[in-house]
Formats: sequence, structure tokens, C-alpha cells
Amino acid sequence: MSGHVLLIEDEPNIIEAIGFILSRDGWRVDTHSNGVDAVDVVRAKAPDVVILDVMLPGRSGYDILRDLRNDPVTQTLPILMLTARGQSKDREMAERAGVSRFMTKPFSNAEVLDAVRALKAS
Amino acid sequence: MTTLNALAAISVAYVLFLFAVAFVAERAARRGRGGWLSAPIIYTLSLSIYCTAWTFYGAVGSAVRGGLEYLTIYLGPSLVLIGWWWILRKLVRIGRAQRITSVADLISSRYGKSNLLGIGVTILAVVGTTPYIALQLQSVTLSVEVFANPQVSDVADDRLTAFWVAAGLAVFTVIFGTRNLDANERHHGVVMAIAVEAIVKLAALLAVGGFVVWGLSGGVGATLARIDASELGLWEMNGGRWVGLTFLSAAALLCLPRMFQVMVVENDSDAQLRMAAWAFPLYLMLMSLFIVPIAVVGLEVLPKGANPDLFVLTVPLAHGQQGLALLSFLGGFSSATSMVIVAAIALSTMVSNHIVMPIWLRLRAGSASVSGDVRHVVLLSRRLSIAGVLFLGYAYYALSGGGEALSVIGLVAFTGVAQVLPAMLGGLFWRGATRMGALAGLSVGFALWLYTLYLPSFGQGTVLPMALFSEGPFGIGWLRPQALFGIDGLDPLMHAVFWSMTFNSVVFFLVSLISFPSPLERLQGAQFVNVQIGGGSARSWSGGLAQSEDLMVMSQRILGAPEAQALFLREARKQGISGHLPDPTPDFLEILERELSGSVGAATAHAMLGQIVAGQAVSVADLMAVADETAQMMEHSARLEEQRSELTRTARQLREANDKLTRLSAQKDAFLSQISHELRTPMTSIRAFSEILRDAEGLASVDRIKYASIIHDEAIRLTRLLDDLLDLSVLENGQVSLNLREGKLTDTLDRAVAAALADDGGLRLDIFRDPRSEAIWLNTDIDRLSQVFINLISNARKYCDAAVPRLQIRVGEAEGRTVIDFVDNGSGIAPEQQDLIFEKFARVSDQKAGGAGLGLAISRQIMTRLGGNLSYLPGQAGAAFRVTLPEARALAAQ
Repeated sequence: MSGHVLLIEDEPNIIEAIGFILSRDGWRVDTHSNGVDAVDVVRAKAPDVVILDVMLPGRSGYDILRDLRNDPVTQTLPILMLTARGQSKDREMAERAGVSRFMTKPFSNAEVLDAVRALKAS
Repeated sequence: MTTLNALAAISVAYVLFLFAVAFVAERAARRGRGGWLSAPIIYTLSLSIYCTAWTFYGAVGSAVRGGLEYLTIYLGPSLVLIGWWWILRKLVRIGRAQRITSVADLISSRYGKSNLLGIGVTILAVVGTTPYIALQLQSVTLSVEVFANPQVSDVADDRLTAFWVAAGLAVFTVIFGTRNLDANERHHGVVMAIAVEAIVKLAALLAVGGFVVWGLSGGVGATLARIDASELGLWEMNGGRWVGLTFLSAAALLCLPRMFQVMVVENDSDAQLRMAAWAFPLYLMLMSLFIVPIAVVGLEVLPKGANPDLFVLTVPLAHGQQGLALLSFLGGFSSATSMVIVAAIALSTMVSNHIVMPIWLRLRAGSASVSGDVRHVVLLSRRLSIAGVLFLGYAYYALSGGGEALSVIGLVAFTGVAQVLPAMLGGLFWRGATRMGALAGLSVGFALWLYTLYLPSFGQGTVLPMALFSEGPFGIGWLRPQALFGIDGLDPLMHAVFWSMTFNSVVFFLVSLISFPSPLERLQGAQFVNVQIGGGSARSWSGGLAQSEDLMVMSQRILGAPEAQALFLREARKQGISGHLPDPTPDFLEILERELSGSVGAATAHAMLGQIVAGQAVSVADLMAVADETAQMMEHSARLEEQRSELTRTARQLREANDKLTRLSAQKDAFLSQISHELRTPMTSIRAFSEILRDAEGLASVDRIKYASIIHDEAIRLTRLLDDLLDLSVLENGQVSLNLREGKLTDTLDRAVAAALADDGGLRLDIFRDPRSEAIWLNTDIDRLSQVFINLISNARKYCDAAVPRLQIRVGEAEGRTVIDFVDNGSGIAPEQQDLIFEKFARVSDQKAGGAGLGLAISRQIMTRLGGNLSYLPGQAGAAFRVTLPEARALAAQ
């Protein structure tokens, strides 16, 4: 299985790691590291799956998620959210905003890969 | 012939007898068996101190000189007792209700407990009574002289006699006049002794009279014939003088300190007064019965030039009646001593209460808390006052030489004390009388009396110069002491009485009208004027005498002006009255009492209303109730107040604690969240790349090395973060131990710059310094300070966004302390973030750097611990931080 993933993340090492894992599995990976124009980038690139960090420069991942869910085009777009803030209220907030899948850093590579595959299949 | 020694022995025996009488009476009263001492007859007899040696001896002299004029002296008191006994009743009731101790006390109490008035009346009383005491001493010495050989008597002997009499009286008065200090100033022993003396002097005078009428003249008819034949009947009668003298003696009965003492202070029931109202005039009538016969016979049988003042003694002596003469002597002696004793008691009470005690209390302000102490002082002051009063009397006698005719001195004194009359009567019957009025009236009356009568009485040219009497002061004719306003030819006594009393009364009246009484005066005035007549039920009001205005004044003080006025207006409307003052109907008074109870308690409200409405004196029971109530209320309110403030305090503490906890909790959450983020981010890289290295086969060696390096760097980043966290924790808890030592600022900066620029990282920063200004010795924890410098320099290196980053390090002085400014040439920090950057994990948005965001927080903590400060310095070219060095540790370089 393969497809198009947009990775929105600001930490260079993590971009490199996830990019490496997905590319090796055959995914085409686009990256973006700024929160401010993330929504526009999603619309422009129209990926199969979005991986979204919460703490981004310029704009919070939650706000970006809410905007995407309010847009009919991206309403059902599979979105995997990654965060380094591992409290339960963060998960609740993400689910209320309509996240497809929520994962806490650090993650295992297999886990991310399985999640992206499952999201693409749904 | 009775010898002088025998006379002395008889006198001493008589005095000892009086001691015994007084002692027995006193003891009976103490043992509670003194009911008979309150018998109205004893009270009536005690009033006889009105008849002093002046009346005993002087009446005959007066009859010889002025005909029946002497009768006026008896007429005045008789008129008062018979016709105006209700004035006396009021006086006596007020005296009992208010526990009045003297005339001065009466006036002072009535006018708002004014001590100034008390002092004034006391001085007036002392000045007016001293000559009178001298007169008694003189009469005793004169009578002794009669028994001695008149030809060989000399002045020194007279003085000695007078001195011993005065001393003896002082001892007697001290013993029986200052035994106790009970609330009621009553002296049973003294009163009893005086009653006995009253009988002795009446018996003596009647005996001499009987001897003259039946022994010498041969019966009543013959005596009347002799009187008709004598010159006495021919003397014309001066109407004005009669009225004046009657008035004076009436006033004296009310105002004389000694009369006030026996009549008001020693009184304990209305029954006593009822008997005195008829029995005392009868006594006076008996005293005056034989005056004219003695005078007429004396003129006939004694040689020309014999002193008529001593006829009572000399007539029996001339006829060999030694026993009768002795009785007569004892009568005169009784008259003199009883007057002196009571006067001394009355005056000493005034002097002690109004002059000595206030001074003593003022001198010892604050330390007079032990009641036993005060009692002792009061007794001592009374005793000294008694001795002082008697000494004054003796001194007056010794200095004046005793030349004046007896009755003249008496009338001068009468006129003096009569000055109290307007203030006294005004105070009893006129609510509008004020303290200022009383003071003004008394002062004017007293001054005029001194000027027109008292000082001239020493004789023209003795105290006042001759010229004053003929020319007036400064030649102003109408100010001549005995012819004021040009009214000449008047009898000097009548002149003085007329002007002093007129001015006194008018000034008293006018000043009272224009002055405003204090609340206490109003209250006392109401009590005096409305003194309770008859019973009346305890709890309901009959508002006949109540004054709505007084009620208003009182209510305003208690309820506050707006509330009181609203209440009165409402009640006035209810009664259909258009003004602001409702009638004091029982209904209204009930309502008012209820309102006042709400503010001051029921007992107090009732007592206050009672004072105004019924003029009731506050009883001890009332006062106890008030005190109880007040104590309870105060205790209760103090407790409430305490509880209230405690609750407020607790609530505030709880609120503060809660706020603090909430704040701490939020801080903790944010901190944990931050920590989590800062830890998880490097962990994520480490885990991801370590899995890649483990799982990915055929990885290029370049990639493998690169990924291993990332893992290594992230591990170091984690370690640094943990170090910083521990460092911050230690700093924040204050558990850091400082390593103080001396060092040069310039060296410290050198090392910091070297350390901050050590790892290259591709970032360059030009640093500008001024070594001269850095020549400062430090005594602080150099390593910690260096840590701060390193942090600031690395921050500039990491965050300065200028094309050619530059950092300037300037050393200067601000507010007396050494400051080191680190200013770069970047775009600086936005104002809203300048405070934020010192928070933990704060990182200016959009900036990416390796640190966890704890550097500035740690640096600030370090500076605080060192006693200095780290702050952002706004308004510079770029980002600017100011390090303020600790005060005492910054030493100027030599």
C-alpha cells in the first residue's frame, strides 16, 4: 500500500525519522514545518493522510485540525496527530476537534506505519 | 466674783460635756440605734445655729442702737420658713436626691457640675464667713473679759483666749466633723451637740429676760411702762432698711454655708422640715422675746457708755447674779461655738471638695486609682481645711483688733453670701438659667460687694484710700464705692445690697438668655427644676413637665440627628401637629423609650427619659441596672466584634491559600506539560532512529553515522535539560550554597566570553567591551555570576538576528549600584514578551534553538540569590539585559 502523506512537524530530527520510515514503505512524503499556513498547504497538496504535530511555530495543531474539519473538502481527511504533551486532556481535546488517530511521542516506528496504513485504508 | 480660772474650768467642763453628748450620739448612730437622732425636734434645734453670738449678744446692742430693727434678723428666716417652706422643701429634696454636700456643690451641680462655679462660691463663702468666725471669737473673748477685771485686761490676753477657743473648736470639729466619709455627709454627733447648745442658749436668754422682767422691773406691766418711757420707742423706723434687712436675713437662711449644712445636708426627711416650719419661727420668737426689756433695763441700770452688746452678761453681774451670769455666758459660748463648728465643717467640705481635691487629683493624675488612698487624702484635706478656716478666723480677729460693732460685721457677711441667691433660686425654678449666667452674676455681685461694702467696712482709708470715697476712682464721681451712679445719701449697707443684688440678678438673667447650656447642664437643670414631687408609677410616663425640645436634644445624641428628627416628625404628624416637636404624650414617650432602648438599652433609656420627663433622680438601682446592661452589651459586642474579625481573618487566609494553591496547581500543570514536551521530543528522535538502526537493513554507512550522531546529540540535550532542571530546583528552593570569593570583573567576563563562544556551531558574534570600566573587584560567587554572563552571551549568539551580530558589554552605574548591560544589535524582544522571557520554558515564538528555555529563568534566580538583579532593558538598539551587581559586594577598583 502506498499513497501521499503530508507531515506537518517542526522538529528536524523527527521529520527526518518519519520521512525515512514512510519513504522506505513506499509513501510519498511532503513536509511542512510551520503552523501558520498549514491549512492552505493541506488544501493545496490534498494528501491521503496528514500527520500533524501539536506544538508548531505560529499556530497550534488543534486550531489547524478544527479548521480542516470545518472545511467540507477536508472534513473526512484522515489525520494522525502526534504530540509530546502526553496528558489525557490533550487526547480529549484532539478527539473533540475530530482527530482520526492520536499518538503520544515517543512512538515506535511500526506503530506509526500501521496507523498511516490503516488511515489510508479507511 | 467668778474668777477667770473658774470660768475657764467651767468652759472646759461644758466643752467636755458637749464632747460626751456628741460621742454618745455618734456611737448610737453607728450601731444603728440612732433613730431618735432623726427626730424633727433635733433638726429644728440644730437650725438654731442661725442664732450666733451675734444674735445672742448683738441683738440687745442692735435694739439699743436701732430700735426694733433687730427683729428683721428674725423676721426674714421666719417668713421663709412659714411662707416659702416649699422653696426649702425643693432645696432639701434636691439636696437628698443629688447628694449635695454644700452650697458650692449645689450651684456647681446645677450648672453642669462646673468646678469653676464651685470654686467661686467656695471663695465667696470663705471670704464671707471668715469675719463671722472672727466675730464669734471676739464675742467669747469679750464675754470672758466681762468676768475679768475690765480695767486690767490687755489685748495680748484677749488674743490668747481667742486662740485657745479657736484651737479647741478645731479639735472638736476635726474629731466629730470628719469621722466618716459616708455618701451622706451627716454628722449625728455634731448635730446632737448643737441641739443641746440650742437649748442652753435659749434657756440662758429666757432666764436673763425673766430676771429682768420679774426680778428688776417688777412684772410685765411695769416693764411695758418702762419701755414706753425709754428713748428706744422714739426711734424712727426706716422702711427701706427694714425691707432690706428682712430680705438679707431671709437670703442668709438659704445661702449661709452653715445654714445649708444643717438645713439641707443634715436633713433626712420632709417630716423634719414640716416641724421646723413652725417650731423654728417659734424658737426665734422666744429668742427675741426679752431683747427689748433687757435693752431698756440695761440702759437704765448700767452706767452710760457700757457696751450694750454685753447687757445680757453685765445686767445680771451688776445685780450680783453670778449663777445667772454664768448661764448667760454659757449661752453666748454655745452660740459662738455651735456656729463656728458648723461653719468650719461646711467650709472645709467646700474647700476640700472644690479646691484641694481637684488640685490633688490633677497633680496625681492617673495614680489615684486606689479608693482607700483617696479616702485618706479626703479626710486629711478636710482636717487641714478645718484648721485653715479656723486659723483664718483667728487671724482676721487678731488683725482687725475686734473694734467694730458686732452686728455690722454680721450684715456685711450676710450681704456677701446673699450673692449666691440669684444663681440658687434661678437654678431651682428657671430651666433657662445657664452656667455662664450664674458665673457672670456671681462675679459681678461679688465684685460689687467687695467694692461697696466689704473693703469699705475696714474703715475709710484703711484698704481703700480716703479719696476714693469722696472723689471716686480716677476722679470719676459716679463710681464712688458708697454712691454708685450718683445715688448719694443712702445707707451704705442698703446701697451695697441694692446695687450688688440688682446687678447680680440682671447680669445672671441676661447672660443666661444669650448663652447656650451644655447637654449636662440641660440634664441637671431639668432634674433641679423638675425635682420629683410625690410618687408616680415607675414605668409609665406622665408628660406634664416634659420638654419636647430636651427630648429632641437627647434623642439626637443617641439616635443620630436624621433618625431622631424623622421620628419626632412622624410622631408630630400622628398627633396632628404641624411642627417638628410632638407633644410629650405618654404614647409618644413610650415609643421614644423603645427607640432609645434599641440604642442604649432599656435601663439607660428609662433613666435618661426619667431625668428629663419627671425630673427623677437616678436611683442606685437604676444605675446598677444601667451598669449591668452596659457591661453586658459591651461584653457581647466585644465578643461579636472579636468573632467577626476572626472570621474575616480566617476567610481572607483561606481565600489567599486557595488562590495560591490554584495558582500553584496551574503552574505545576503547565510546568509538567512543558517538561513532558521537552523530554519527549529528544526521546522521540532517539527512539525513532534507534529503531531505524536496529531494523533497517542495508543502511548506507553515511546514514548510519548520521543517525547515531542524532541519537548522541539528543542524549546530550536530555542530560543538559535534566541538569538545568535540577539547578533551577535547587536555586528556587534556596538550598544553593554560594561560594563567595574575590575576583575581578574583567577576568570573569573574559572567561564567560571564552566559554560561550567555545563550541563553534557556525554562529559568530562580535563582542565589544571597555576593559577600563571593567576594572572592578567583586566579592561574590564568581562561578554563578559567570554562568549568568555565559547564558546572556550564548543567547545573543543564538538569537541575534542581525546580519553581522554584535554584542556590546557595558559596565556602568545605576542608582548607586554597578550594572553590566548586554546589548546586541538584533531586532530585540517585543514589549509584551519582555516579562515572559524570564519564565521557565519561555521561548520567543518562531525561534528555534537548542535550549529548553530555562536559561534566563536560572540566570534570574542566580542573580536574586546573589543579592543582585537581572532584568530586561527596554529602549535599546536590540535585545538588552541588565545585570545589577549585589550592592555591598561591588567594590571600586583602586
